Amino acid sequence: MLKVEKITKIFEPGTVSEKVALNQVDLVMNEGDFVTVIGGNGAGKSSLLNAIAGRFEVTSGSIFIDGTDLTRQPEYKRAQWIGRVFQDPMMGTAANMTIEENLSIALRRGKIRTLNWGIGKGEKEVYINHLAQLDLGLETRIKTKVGLLSGGQRQALTLLMATIKKPKLLLLDEHTAALDPSTGRKVLSLTDKLVKENRLTTLMVTHNMKDAIQYGNRIIMMDEGRIIADIPLEKKKNIQVEDLISLFEKTSRSGIANDRLLLA
Amino acid sequence: MIDILISAVSLGILWAIMAIGVFLTFRILDIADLSCEGVFPLGAAVAAKMISQNGDPFTACLAAIGAGVLAGLVTGILHTKLKIPILLSGILSMTALYSINLRIMGKANISLLRMETVYSKIGNLFHLSDKASTIFVGLIFAIAVIILLWWFLNTELGYSVRATGNNVYMIRAMGVDTDKMFMIGLIIGNAMIGLAGALIAQNQSYADIGMGTGTIVIGLASVIIGEVLFGKRNVFQHMVSILLGSIAYRIIISLVLEIDFKIKIAGLIIPISVEPTDLKLFTSVIVAFALSLPVIKQLSAGKKASKTAKS
Ligand SMILES: Nc1ncnc2c1ncn2[C@@H]1O[C@H](COP(=O)(O)OP(=O)(O)OP(=O)(O)O)[C@@H](O)[C@H]1O
Ligand SMILES: [Mg+2]
Repeated sequence: MLKVEKITKIFEPGTVSEKVALNQVDLVMNEGDFVTVIGGNGAGKSSLLNAIAGRFEVTSGSIFIDGTDLTRQPEYKRAQWIGRVFQDPMMGTAANMTIEENLSIALRRGKIRTLNWGIGKGEKEVYINHLAQLDLGLETRIKTKVGLLSGGQRQALTLLMATIKKPKLLLLDEHTAALDPSTGRKVLSLTDKLVKENRLTTLMVTHNMKDAIQYGNRIIMMDEGRIIADIPLEKKKNIQVEDLISLFEKTSRSGIANDRLLLA
Repeated sequence: MIDILISAVSLGILWAIMAIGVFLTFRILDIADLSCEGVFPLGAAVAAKMISQNGDPFTACLAAIGAGVLAGLVTGILHTKLKIPILLSGILSMTALYSINLRIMGKANISLLRMETVYSKIGNLFHLSDKASTIFVGLIFAIAVIILLWWFLNTELGYSVRATGNNVYMIRAMGVDTDKMFMIGLIIGNAMIGLAGALIAQNQSYADIGMGTGTIVIGLASVIIGEVLFGKRNVFQHMVSILLGSIAYRIIISLVLEIDFKIKIAGLIIPISVEPTDLKLFTSVIVAFALSLPVIKQLSAGKKASKTAKS
């Protein structure tokens, strides 16, 4: 499905602030994989997702989805394969547009936009059905501007928008971190439900090790721009937070003191 | 007085077309495109040149629209492809257009007195007085522009343009090339501003190289006055509000021009009157005030809060 080959990303190369965000990263994901990504601050987790999504071009290496080479494709072209939810709930939706207008845009992800009406015949029913499954009462508010929704509602809507047209790959970058804990848990279980129902291939960054263990079928651990551990389903089944911490201490170069990894 | 109001209303309608062009870039795309200061006289110059050579006034309007499209395209390329900040891109276009407009006109102004205009043509067709035909033609164009734009902004492409002004990250993640959307928005907005230039030149019977000065501020004033007085529930209503806002702006201006009185302070008699040349200052103050309303509201809310906290 996804094949990432030796990608390296160096920010501001040749300057004093040169930063190697990704260092020769290899990653292969199979159809239906739900991989959680953990690692300390600045480990390169967001950079890995951004490189795949095309937020920036990688310095070297290649990225394939189902054999198609995406490495030099602009971000907007990659969108036909990739659905995304960002950490910031404001980033995933257009605030001045209504819920139905946002969903219309999402339903056409990766398609050429025409001069047909933005909301086609019978589309509203589709939106309402999907919104009802979120269980937030949004199905009665499709003409409400998204800017009026709470952070949790917006993030749930963004999740629906990323998946309403089934993506080949779903990228989630700490998408519950900005929400209060109980809303965050709700959005996370909604994520799990959508991923399972649609059997989505998913890459999810989280700072919460319990979540990383509870969800998905594989864990990867990052440090200093590299993947330092890759834990398959069989090992992941019985793993504890303590095991992850000691694994991190053994393999990481940056050490674990003061790291947000501990806060999990 | 009635006369003043009628001419204020007809001017308001014509200028509303320019204001809706500004609305498209300023509100929909969320960028300040200063090139309208050059595009407005560009539309006027193109139309005046053609009409002064006995061209058909409707064709002249179409040509003005075409000129606006080209200008929007250039500003769009400067901004998206050459990555020049939008303020500077607009200023570059505006400055370049000054020379181009002079080239088109061949001199600093062209008179259209006694020439056939869209107003005289339609006025003759329907046997309307000059004033009536100005309002009639203005309304036809303004309503056509609003309906066309309302339709466009509710198409798939229109949604993408609106989302681009809202949140580029979101719309890129949804597979839209935001550069193209900025370009489309700038083209449509400037097409309307070019048309407005053509209509206003014909209305005032001349085109002048300096007639663009202050257009952006007048456009913003109309947008903001419309929003404050008449609201912006959806795109259609938003544009109708701007039409009304543009009319309200002209009425306010004509009333302000009526101010003429004297005050006595300590035996000194000080005359207070507003000259037409003061209007740009006045308009800028209105726009500055309106744009700072959020800050002013916050400040006064903060003061109230601290007062209640003390008491
Ligand atoms: N646009 C950029 N310009 C320069 N440096 C960057 C940029 N983006 C990321 N970096 C640097 O690259 C490194 C990896 O950052 P990244 O955001 O991928 O980390 P992360 O694992 O997501 O961390 P966090 O847990 O804090 O989100 C960091 O040192 C960061 O400062
Ligand atoms: Mg990150």
